[in-house]
Amino acid sequence: MSGPRRLLAGLGEGPLQDALGGPALIDRVIRSGLRGRGGGGFPTGRKLEAVARHRRPVVVANGCEGEPESAKDALLLARRPHLLIDGAVLAAGAVGAREALVCVSAANAAGAAAVRAALGERRDRVAVHLHAVPERYVASEESALARHLDGGPALPASGPRPYARGLLVQNVETLAHVALVARHGSRWFRELGTPGDPGSALVTVGGAVRRPGVFEIALGTPLPDLLVAAGPEDRVRAVLLGGYGGTWVPGDARLALTRHGASAALGAGVVCVLPERACGICETAAVLDYLAGESARQCGPCTFGLRAIAGRLTQLSHGRAPARTLGQLRRWAADVEGRGACRHPDGAVRLLRSALVTFAEEADRHERGECGHGSTVLRVPATRREAA
Amino acid sequence: MTARLRIDPIACEAHGLCAELLPERIALDDWGYPIIDGRPVPDELLGLAKRAAAVCHTLALRLERD
Repeated sequence: MSGPRRLLAGLGEGPLQDALGGPALIDRVIRSGLRGRGGGGFPTGRKLEAVARHRRPVVVANGCEGEPESAKDALLLARRPHLLIDGAVLAAGAVGAREALVCVSAANAAGAAAVRAALGERRDRVAVHLHAVPERYVASEESALARHLDGGPALPASGPRPYARGLLVQNVETLAHVALVARHGSRWFRELGTPGDPGSALVTVGGAVRRPGVFEIALGTPLPDLLVAAGPEDRVRAVLLGGYGGTWVPGDARLALTRHGASAALGAGVVCVLPERACGICETAAVLDYLAGESARQCGPCTFGLRAIAGRLTQLSHGRAPARTLGQLRRWAADVEGRGACRHPDGAVRLLRSALVTFAEEADRHERGECGHGSTVLRVPATRREAA
Repeated sequence: MTARLRIDPIACEAHGLCAELLPERIALDDWGYPIIDGRPVPDELLGLAKRAAAVCHTLALRLERD
């Protein structure tokens, strides 16, 4: 597979005068069918429309990329800072914002330096600032960003969504696509992708492949095509789609990579390959332990539920789980879902449920007491926040 | 006009009074946090639903009309 070259090929360089600006851009983005590239896949045009009704909108380019297996936003920040700033400036013009902020994780020094250098090279009609956000899984959730911009902690909030108060929070890749749509039009944008999820997208391919890294694909590309391009090291047992709050699918799944209408969504664009030799239950236990540790500890079901699930799953991965553990895990998953202020617990239980289906045989074996391998494939960061 | 119970999960501190007053609509999970039935509250339960919201120490539970 040779992927399309839009975002990564230098497309869209040049003066902004050639791009469509102002309120007319909203209509064009709606017609393009562009969906958010941060995870949720919400239609970008509709968000622009909602924010434009607000009196004093602000554009927030979200480049925090809290997902540990994802590297696409860091690549975009480092290599195409002008393109995503163009997108933020054009979006600001479209919704009537005078200010745009580019949010980058405090851990991403190279990305911040690239954005700072790019800002120094340009003069825009709107004020564009760089904003550092603490490194934390839930910090890139949009209500957490909004709270941090207000001077609070970078933790999710309950209440109205940020767009309802005039904050246009868009993933940096989404804004880069907005810049291309402004230059090339909605019909051009739709030349790639599916009717429900048009365009190209960046995906981060990792795990047991010979060519890991960021690929640009046409949305709707069959998963097997991408796997061939990345070169699996071994027979593929399963693939993690979307990220740690995503879905495990069997290695031979023939699904199309999209954020819309698929049984397993592309989410934050993560595609992580689990080889035959690895153990999906052990990998999932490591991820759940991480996600429990990354809970903001604001909502009870997330604070205590994810911790309980992670603890039981870790026992299972060691072959030391009490009887009827699988049923207990399924009940807890149902109890936790939909009960946080943000979707962090929902993502965690989505991953758990998909693991219990995709690795059903391994789960049964673990429940009978046979020991697994430990996590060897995913790059799960150490949990840092238990004491906090 | 219908009324529904809503919970602010960040404000909730699991005192559990709501579930005692209105078990028809509110159950507790294994950690003591309320699982709210989001369907409209029928007229015969409205009085209890109002009381459940009123006794919530942290004002996390609300009865919202739409």
